[in-house]
Formats: sequence, C-alpha cells, structure tokens
Amino acid sequence: MLKKAYVYIVFIFLYAPIVILALYSFNDARSRGSWGGFTLKWYVALLNDKSIIQALITTIAVALIASIIATVIGTFAALGIYFMSQKARNWVMNITYIPVLNPDIVTGVSLMLLFIFMRIPAGFMTLVLAHITFNVPYVILSVMPKLNQLNPHLFEASEDLGASMIYTFFRVILPEIRAGIVTGFLLAVTLSIDDFVVSFFTKGAGVNTLSVLIYAMARKNVSPAINALSTVMFVIVLLMLIIVNKRTKNEEILN
Amino acid sequence: MKQEAIRLENVTKSFDGIEDVLYSVSMTVEKNEFFTLLGPSGCGKTTILRIIGGFEKPTDGNVFFDGKKINDLPPNKRKLNTVFQRYALFPHMNVYENIAFGLRVQKTDDATIDARVTEMLELVELSGYEKRAVTSLSGGQQQRVAIARALAVKPEVLLLDEPLGALDLKMRKEMQIELKKIQRCLGITFIYVTHDQEEALTMSDKIVVLKNGVIQQMGTPIDIYNEPENAFVADFIGESNILSGTMVHDKLVNFMERDFVCVDSGFGENKPVEVVIRPEDIKIVPPDDGMLKGKVESITFKGVHYEMIIDAKGYKWMVHSTMHPLQGADAGMDILPDDIHIMEVQH
Repeated sequence: MLKKAYVYIVFIFLYAPIVILALYSFNDARSRGSWGGFTLKWYVALLNDKSIIQALITTIAVALIASIIATVIGTFAALGIYFMSQKARNWVMNITYIPVLNPDIVTGVSLMLLFIFMRIPAGFMTLVLAHITFNVPYVILSVMPKLNQLNPHLFEASEDLGASMIYTFFRVILPEIRAGIVTGFLLAVTLSIDDFVVSFFTKGAGVNTLSVLIYAMARKNVSPAINALSTVMFVIVLLMLIIVNKRTKNEEILN
Repeated sequence: MKQEAIRLENVTKSFDGIEDVLYSVSMTVEKNEFFTLLGPSGCGKTTILRIIGGFEKPTDGNVFFDGKKINDLPPNKRKLNTVFQRYALFPHMNVYENIAFGLRVQKTDDATIDARVTEMLELVELSGYEKRAVTSLSGGQQQRVAIARALAVKPEVLLLDEPLGALDLKMRKEMQIELKKIQRCLGITFIYVTHDQEEALTMSDKIVVLKNGVIQQMGTPIDIYNEPENAFVADFIGESNILSGTMVHDKLVNFMERDFVCVDSGFGENKPVEVVIRPEDIKIVPPDDGMLKGKVESITFKGVHYEMIIDAKGYKWMVHSTMHPLQGADAGMDILPDDIHIMEVQH
C-alpha cells in the first residue's frame, strides 16, 4: 500500500508540470492563474504563426538529415570497432562514451568555437553538423550489442561460400544488425528533436528549431501558444520513445 | 596414380610474433581422401584448417592447391568450403536460402538452384525442411544444413572443423557413418579436424597426429594404432602402458628387470628406450606361468571387456580382457613380441 503510494507520488512529481502545461494549452483565458474554459485556439494560432511553422520544418529537417547521416557513420564505425583488437576496441568504446556523458553545454560551446575557428558560417549547415556529432555515439552504442551477438564465424562462412565483403555486409550482416540500426536511428531522431542547448549555440541567425524558438518566445512576453507548442513537442518525443522502447522489448522477447 | 589435392610445405604460424602455433608442418592430402587432423586442444589442428581455408596466412611456408600456390588467395576465391565448428548458419534465412547462398553468390539461375538445393536436402536427409527457420532446428539438423550448404557449391575439398563436437554420443555415431557415406558417394576430399581419436580411427583414410604444432605421425588408422611412432601418439590413440626400458640389442629389450623378445631393431645397443604395450595385448595367465607377475588392484566392467589395474614391481599395468582373476589375487601376464612397441625416448 505504502509502496504504491510512493510510486504515485514520484509520478506526480515527474508529470505534474507537464500535465499542467498541457492543460493550460487548452485554456481560453490568457492569464496563467485562471481557467477560462476549453479552447483549441492556441493550436490554431500555432498553425498560423509562420515563424513556428518554419521552426517546425527546420527541426524535422535537421533531425532527419542528421539522424540518417549519423546512422550511416555510426553503423560503419561500429563495424570498424568490432573488427579491432580487444585492446583497441575497449579504448575506442570508452572514447565513444565521453560525448554521451559530456554536458550538452560543453558540446554546444566547443562546437560553436570549432565552427568559428574553421570559419564556417553559422546556419542550417552547422546545426546539422552539430546534431550529427552528438548522434553518432548513440548509433554506435545501439549497433554494437547487435554485432557482439553475432556468431563471429558468419563473416567467414559467407566469404567461404564465395561472397565478397560488400555482398557479405548487405546480405548477411545488415539483416542481422538491422534492429540495432533502426533503434539507433530512432534514438537519434528523438535526441535531435529534444535538443536545445547544442542547437542554441550552433544555429545561425534566422534559423530556429522549435526548442530554441520556445526559449526565445518565453523570454519575451509569454503567449499561451508556447504551451501548445511545448505540448506538441512533448507528445512527439514521447511517441518516439514509446516506439524505441517497444522495439527493444520485442527484440528481447525474440532473443 | 594418386593425385595431390592440398599440400603444405614447411608451414609455420605464429600469432603476434610470440609463439609458434605451428612449426614447419608439411603434409600432402590426396584427392578423394578422408584426411584427419587429430590432436588435443591447442595442438594447432584448427589453425592448419584455417590456413587451408584462407582465414589465416602462414607466417612462413607455402600452401598448394592442385599444385598451385594459394598463400595469398582470399577464402572466397578458393575452391574449397568449410563446415564450421558451431555451424555458422545465417540465422535470418530459412533452410533453403542457407543452402542456396553460395549458388546465389555465383548468380546461378533459379531453376538450377532449386534442383541443387533439393538434391542437397536429399543427400543430408532433410527433404521437406526447405521453409523451416534454421533457428528452429536441432543441433544435428543444423549440422546437416551446414554440410549441405558447403557441398551445394560443389567444392573439390571440404574442410570440417570438429563438426560433431556439439552433438550427443548417439547422434555423433550416426553422423560419423553418414559423413563417411557422403564422402564416398560424392568422391571429394574431406579434411577433418577432431580431438576424438575413436572418431578419427573410424572415419579416416589417413590421420595426422599433432602436438604443440608439430606433426607426430602421419599414416593410416591401422598404422597409427599398431605402430605408434612415439609415446605421445601411443597414449593419445587409445590407452597404453608406457615403460622405460633398455634396448639390449636388435630384437631384444629389457624392462621390468627382464629381457623380452621383440620385433624392433635399429635402436643401437644398450640404449634407453620407451616401451609401449596396449592394454588389450596383454594376456592373463596363471600367476606363475606368465612373463610378469602382479597383483590385481582393481577391476572395472567396461561392457565388452574388463579393465584391470595390475601392480607388478611397482608399475601399475592397465589390462583389458574378457576374463578376469579375483581382485587382490596374483595374476600372470604374457606379451607377444609383436605387441611390444619400442620408441625413442622423447626429450
């Protein structure tokens, strides 16, 4: 009984802010203190706000482009790491973990400095490059366990039967690690949509992702449209996470 | 006239330049031969197979296939196929696709593939299993699919790396007979790796016994069993009594403080030697009629025969016989000259 109550309390703490945010996105009253009845007008306002639509397009474009490129780079990186000697492999895997654990703000600032140093003008390009950078380790970490599960003789068996390296990769290895690659890709998309800090430091003037735009709007006078926009983002990320978790669970059952 | 299929010439292999896994191995495998590499784990037998398959490169020496040097030929260009220790079937493909894999690589047309896969499934007695997932098969069935997959591309030589290691005893015996049948039926060369001496004796035309990367003996199963060249081979191929003795002169050896007539010669005079006698070559006779006299320490029933430990002058003899004296009683032992095998002392 007490145990259950404890779980509920934790959930309330975790989700109360989001529930309130979502509730207020349907609030007809402009003030935050009162409830003025149910409305969808803030969502309609979102659709009519060009800057918001533009930010949404940018967010999705960055997420997709960066995730696809990161997935390709990450998959081949994982393959490369798999074929390293045990010692080199441990070394590289530890290096792979560093960006994951590194505070976003450090990643963001250092990327910004790098782009300035290399005289790459900040804009959509730098945003994509930054997102690729922080996504690659997650792809590697999703693909690596799949590779480790493989029977190491599969490569040799395929080669033994006359297959080239490329044929082996596409016909034997890829189908085996596909689940890990898709999980890595979905994770990358989620993280990309979710990201604020790195985007904030690496985007150029006039290029906004949703999270950056919300931050800018919140600093000015607050329109309840922010609530609607934040709710939309929350739902998107939540859906993505549910898909990723479902996939992982299904695989566990299969194995 | 026998034709050579595979030849190894002074092949040496060391990993990371530290230790020699193989040391100057030379051997010739003839066409249509069932050739077995036999030895304890770590003797280098799998390394030899991997060098022939192209998965390892020899540090030194040469490998020939049909008389052509193939040291630098990658595995996918060699006309030989491997049955891997743990099958290494492609898990996401069904039985049919696994067997068809090599043919698909060669871009064979569908009708030919279909005929070939059907033929292979018949050969390994798995007709009707085409659509089954390989992960749903038993160990023995997976083994058969692995053999069918390797044979589908019509290799000239088939390499088998302890293919029956993961099967239970009964299944192993069945597969031994079947493998031998397949080999005879297709008339191709098998190179077989095993640590099981009985398996090697049952199936092989020729056996190479290895220890620490060095060839100990090469010959037919009968040669190796009856005329082991050293104590290691004698001990590894079946159980043996190994004693130190002295070669008095040709055809006379002294051990256990007694001279024995034997058939070996050429060891010199009064030279220390090792004497090997098989447990089944010792005849039990009444205590005072035998060449040696000892006390029966233990008797174990082994099915076909009894296994006895007989203590004679401090040496515990292992004796196999269908009859046995009482435990604790004295027994006499007779050994025929032909059954005394003399070997150089190993350093």
